[in-house]
Amino acid sequence: MAVSVNEAVSPGPVRDHPPPARRRSGRGRTVLEVALLTVLAVVMLFPVLWMIETSIKENRDVYAVPAKFFDFKVTLDHYRDVFVASGGGRSTLSVSFLNSVIVAGVSTVLATVLGVPAAWAYSRFAVRAKKDQLFFILSTRFMPPVVVVIPIFLMYRQVGLIDNALGLILIYTAFNVPFTIWMMKGFVDEVPAEYEDAAMLDGYTRLQAFRKFTLPLLVPGIAATAVFALIFSWNEFVFAIFLTSSDDVRTAPPAIAGLIGGTTVDWGLVAASSVVFALPVLVFAYLVRKHLVAGVTLGAVRR
Amino acid sequence: MSDPAPSTIDRPGQVASATPPAPGRSRRLSDRGLAVAFISPALLLLLAMSVFPLLWALYLSFTDYSATRGGPANFVGFGNYTAILTSAQVHLRALTTVIYVVGAVGLQTVLGFTIAYLISRRTHGRGLLTTLFLVPMMLSPVVVGLFWRFMLDAQFGVVNSMLGSLGLGQVEWLTRQRTALISLIVVDTWQWTPFIMLIALAGLTAVPKYLYEAASIDRASEWFRFRTITLPLVWPLLLIAVLFRAIEAFRLFDLVYILTSGGPGVSTETLSFHVYKVAFLGFNTGTASAYGILMVLVVIVLTQLYLRYLNKLKED
Repeated sequence: MAVSVNEAVSPGPVRDHPPPARRRSGRGRTVLEVALLTVLAVVMLFPVLWMIETSIKENRDVYAVPAKFFDFKVTLDHYRDVFVASGGGRSTLSVSFLNSVIVAGVSTVLATVLGVPAAWAYSRFAVRAKKDQLFFILSTRFMPPVVVVIPIFLMYRQVGLIDNALGLILIYTAFNVPFTIWMMKGFVDEVPAEYEDAAMLDGYTRLQAFRKFTLPLLVPGIAATAVFALIFSWNEFVFAIFLTSSDDVRTAPPAIAGLIGGTTVDWGLVAASSVVFALPVLVFAYLVRKHLVAGVTLGAVRR
Repeated sequence: MSDPAPSTIDRPGQVASATPPAPGRSRRLSDRGLAVAFISPALLLLLAMSVFPLLWALYLSFTDYSATRGGPANFVGFGNYTAILTSAQVHLRALTTVIYVVGAVGLQTVLGFTIAYLISRRTHGRGLLTTLFLVPMMLSPVVVGLFWRFMLDAQFGVVNSMLGSLGLGQVEWLTRQRTALISLIVVDTWQWTPFIMLIALAGLTAVPKYLYEAASIDRASEWFRFRTITLPLVWPLLLIAVLFRAIEAFRLFDLVYILTSGGPGVSTETLSFHVYKVAFLGFNTGTASAYGILMVLVVIVLTQLYLRYLNKLKED
């Protein structure tokens, strides 16, 4: 009895004391947590900031020991070198950027054209062994590129696709189709099938119903999916380095990596070309940030 | 005379019985046709560009074919496989790979989850923080590798410069046997911690608030709440992220290629880098194919595991 009375009475005074105490320890904890987060954020972002800083430093300051963090001379020479060759005219790097745009762009369009209808069909129709088919499709995306490239290399040598933009486009398309199907299936699943059923009652065929009613609703999803496919192709390195060799065909990743091949490395140029290379990716990634979880898990995890 | 009569009777009968289901039947047929027409191009491409090459590699793995020597491929049975599985060199690479995968994915998981947990407790600036933390993940491995190579340079790298100004000794990050593998793990962790963070954050924000409220009414301690509410609810999603990262780390090639090229010695040669050396520097295409097929088997097992968990997660 006494206990229950105590309990019934105690909240009054108790409530007066503990909350401030708890709040104080809570505030101390909050400060600690914010500090920890700040430190982690600085560590994560420092390499990126250092890369940007190096790209606008004069060569003398790039190699300064100890490193110069603030008092350096700003120059845009490295950025000019990315696009303009030393003797005037276009640099090989700028050609490789153009190649990257073409290869990534075309392969993304192809993957979208192939993947979106397939995703719709998988979402709407009773396909035999659907789950197995979808798992098979995703597992092709997990194959180690270094292993796949061996037979692909031999195959391409037979048909003359080595050092050919078409070869890269084909392999990138194959590499993006599984992603497009998985990612788009999620988007199609979100559009009620009843819309199409209703349209078909109005006399449209299934195909017309898809084109006129479902497809317009899928446009944002298609855009997000295409952006991810674009990023994957843009960043890809393994196939690019094994299947291409000449400056005319090479994409940007192997071209940038090639900058460190010589005896002396112009790190300012490496930094500037890395920034130019990474900037569009960051902009695009920011545009599709809402779908990032699905995108980076190849459409497997959805929120 | 008797023939036409039944046919005229027959025909209306047929039409009568056939007409009502006809649209349905023809629509179902065209549905199937549509499904085939929409799915098969994508599947054909995958068959041509993924399955066929692997089958070819499977065939080559039983031969002594060499891409440079040319000439006919001689059948050698399981020779390549036994050579690889009993090779001490390969065992060493497998060990390196295991250390790298476990080390990198382990670190990423701990760090990524910590960051996600800290962010999920904030009410302001969550979006901005998340965006900033995600930057490394979106960069190409080429850019990441090159930049860390610059920063970890023994002479003019910024990391040693900072260590120097703190009065600490210089470290040969990429040119010493032991530190090179550690550097590789650190760089991979830097790039992929955001991945775990992103997925963990998705899991953490999906935990219903009322569970915490109920727990705080019961005056459950913070640790108790974390252990009995947060962790069990986030764990399935976290496991998916960890498995995904493990597969990616196992097949990683570009970062090793850029950062250390497998060196010094063979201290950072992972299995996928070794396959590359056997195939493109040694030109033992047959052996490399067998090696590749064995790696594919490992990936298939991991992928099956991943997909099974994914399936379980989706059904819950």
